[in-house]
Amino acid sequence: MRKLQFHPCGSFKTSYQQDLNIFSTDFGRLWMGISIVLLFGVVPFISSAYILYVVNNIGIYAIAAVGLNLLIGFTGQISLGHGAFFGVGAYAAAILATKGGFPFFLAVPIAGVVSAAVGMVFGLPSARLKHLYLCIATLAGQFIIEYVLVQWEGLTGGAQGIFVPSATLFGINLGNDRAFFYVIFGCFVLMTWIAVNLIRTRIGRAFIAIRDNDRAAEGMGIPVFPYKLLSFAISSFYAGFAGALFAFYTMSITPEPFNLWLSIQYIAMIIIGGLGSIPGSVFGVIFIVTLNEVLSHATEYLMNVGVSTGVAITIAPLREFVYGLAIVLFIIFEPKGLAEVWRIVRSNFRLWPFSY
Amino acid sequence: MDFFLQLLVNGISLGFLYALSALGFVMIFKSSSVLNFAHGELMAIGAFLFLALSAWADLPIVLAFALTLIGSFTLGFILEKFFLRPLIGEALIQVIMLTLGLALMFRGLLLFIFGGDIHDYPKFLPEALSMQWGAIQIPAVYVAAFIIGILFLILFGLFFKYSSQGIYMRSVADNQPAALSLGVHVRRVFALSWAIAALVCAMSGIVLGIINGINVHELSSIGLKVFPVVILGGLDSIGGAILGGVIIGLLETFTGGYISTSLREIIPYIVLIFILMVKPYGLFGLVEIERV
Amino acid sequence: MQDNIRLLINNISVVYSDVIQVLKGVSLTIREGQVVSLLGSNGAGKSTTLKAISGLLKPENGKVTEGSIEYDGKPVQNSSPEEITRKGIIQVLEGRQEFKYLTVEENLRVGTATRWGKPYQKDLELVYGYFPALLARKKAMAGYCSGGELQMLVIGRALMAHPKLLLLDEPSLGLAPILVKEIFQIIRRINQEQGTTLMVVEQNANMALQIAHYGYVMENGKIVMESGAEDLRENPDVKEFYLGTAASGALKSYKNVKAYKRRKRWL
Repeated sequence: MRKLQFHPCGSFKTSYQQDLNIFSTDFGRLWMGISIVLLFGVVPFISSAYILYVVNNIGIYAIAAVGLNLLIGFTGQISLGHGAFFGVGAYAAAILATKGGFPFFLAVPIAGVVSAAVGMVFGLPSARLKHLYLCIATLAGQFIIEYVLVQWEGLTGGAQGIFVPSATLFGINLGNDRAFFYVIFGCFVLMTWIAVNLIRTRIGRAFIAIRDNDRAAEGMGIPVFPYKLLSFAISSFYAGFAGALFAFYTMSITPEPFNLWLSIQYIAMIIIGGLGSIPGSVFGVIFIVTLNEVLSHATEYLMNVGVSTGVAITIAPLREFVYGLAIVLFIIFEPKGLAEVWRIVRSNFRLWPFSY
Repeated sequence: MDFFLQLLVNGISLGFLYALSALGFVMIFKSSSVLNFAHGELMAIGAFLFLALSAWADLPIVLAFALTLIGSFTLGFILEKFFLRPLIGEALIQVIMLTLGLALMFRGLLLFIFGGDIHDYPKFLPEALSMQWGAIQIPAVYVAAFIIGILFLILFGLFFKYSSQGIYMRSVADNQPAALSLGVHVRRVFALSWAIAALVCAMSGIVLGIINGINVHELSSIGLKVFPVVILGGLDSIGGAILGGVIIGLLETFTGGYISTSLREIIPYIVLIFILMVKPYGLFGLVEIERV
Repeated sequence: MQDNIRLLINNISVVYSDVIQVLKGVSLTIREGQVVSLLGSNGAGKSTTLKAISGLLKPENGKVTEGSIEYDGKPVQNSSPEEITRKGIIQVLEGRQEFKYLTVEENLRVGTATRWGKPYQKDLELVYGYFPALLARKKAMAGYCSGGELQMLVIGRALMAHPKLLLLDEPSLGLAPILVKEIFQIIRRINQEQGTTLMVVEQNANMALQIAHYGYVMENGKIVMESGAEDLRENPDVKEFYLGTAASGALKSYKNVKAYKRRKRWL
């Protein structure tokens, strides 16, 4: 058995290999193993139906958020159309499953590929645009996709949407939440693993170089535009993949949820989680989804109180207010996001009681 | 032919409305390079403030108008001081997200207070303002919007060209360290530009409110339409904003009139993408000089 | 008059981003009405010293961590640039930071920012008097002016602020020798006619020492030599390293060895 690794006192890395390692210690590996076992072995059995529903949503959104973080956090290309790419994936999967009769395990990755292709089309402006001009161009993309989803009634069913048959995988019906939980989180672990490894490769380093200074990256011989397109493609693939899972999970889709608001939520997730951090995107998703649920419960509760006491006020809009406030406060007070908080907490634990 | 002319007139008037609402946006961008996603909500705040003062508090129109302008001026000041200033030096996306968060806050607050229904101002514009040429007629509001648009354009042009404060504001946009070294109060310039922008937003919110009725959702979606307008004209040019507004206005009315009403909402964005592909800094934007 | 201390820098150290120490205990004195020149090679910390005085360190994430800067007897270290400029210290930045999209006259008008709302017509005439070239181009966009015009423009712009202490950072950068001469003559005239105290950072030591009353030499974030301008001009070390006039060319190789040792002694 090889020697276990602990945190050394100082930096003793002697090779690039060591610097690139995902886990710097065996403790990290151990904790990761434990959390995966807990996730798959315990969570689906102890949580109520409602909690499981929330957890499943977190899993789906997390896949898309990881994709968006690859684009914004690692390649530095701002996209306001992620929600639309998510929708493209959902619709592609639904259409493949209903009209094409594709099985679940084929429909989902193909939907991802379709979404990636669409993402590349709307990534084309990145050849000449950057910063806020690109941001506006992707905003335009969002609106155009939304329009197509509503107007192309022959294919998308218009505002009525599409009913998706329940998914089956290897003969197992995935109609219930618990079965689908395994599919979602299996995909989640796989996709996150790919993302974490992707940024350690040549491609990932090229992305980071483009983010930090695209002109300099070009001067170093990195073909900037193909890599930007690749980044759009990968990120939309993640979005489309997640969207396809979403379609099969909710079983009926309308163009409604895939609006600008969803794109904004995705950006909020990765900013609150931490730009350029894969675990950060997951934290951000957990935060936003939980906030959403808590707020809707709170408003529901308060509405009921209002009804019973005869004060018929609508406080539903206040939900939006609190939501906005949370984002604003987060950005002002912790602009590096939850990943930074997590890092500080962890190093406090590790270094306790001597904080240096 | 009459239909065509009517569309032309409608498009130009609509374009002036867009241009008017884009002015505030350009203002902020020119001085502090912030992309304000809360633009539509700022317009809505101005419109509702005016509604509350004129219809509910029953103040005389002129007084209500003046109070609205003062109120939004102060609001812009506060916004800059408490929300935007801590973010000076942060990345673009954080600032964008902040303005999105502000937009949510405002929208929530406005919906809470005023609800999602469409409200109307009491009629106060003299009917004599409306014009009639043969079969073409221009309602009074559009004429008013046109006059206000031109007035503001001239006012801003003069302000930026000749007043000292206007020149200081341009100098900050041009070269911030140099402006600092000469003692230009950069923070004051930022605050002032937000305050003026909020004032202009209120103006355009009120005008739009007169035309379409005041509704939070409506106004915030017009706030988003500011983006194609300003990008078309170039983000930092006021004259460009006017022209961009007119182009978008014409595009919308003609698409709505001849092709389909549903395409109308989306056509500005389609054109926007094509223009950006050809001219990445818009039609009149200053080309950014970049050095590694 | 000559003895009034305008600015007293007492043993300051400046740190950028909390980690990079650039100035390591710099002290200098500027008396009223004097022209003081600050010499030194690239990266010696001259510009940083100027920025520490004018408060422009803050936007670059720098800070005066120790020591004090006293202007007319009051401490000004780490004040905001707005406050410092309103006390009459104006810095002319290195490399001609003009406002590209403003006309020449508008550029000059930005100089009135410290006394906003006061009449400025007289000052414009004064500046045009010093720099007639600017008058001819007053409606031109500054971005299209030549290097010489721009240097005049930025000095004139600073004059518009009625500076009591004018800090010039490399006014000769990238200018033709004849223009350099002209600019320095004007700088001397400004000092004599307006009574403005001046601090000039220069690579062109020869020029700077001709108009200066007093000089400092910096190296590696420290002052290594100070003296009257006359003495400094005669000093063999300064002659060799900055003025480029070695005593004799014959014994060059031997001299280089010695020069290396002498140079070492400074660090």
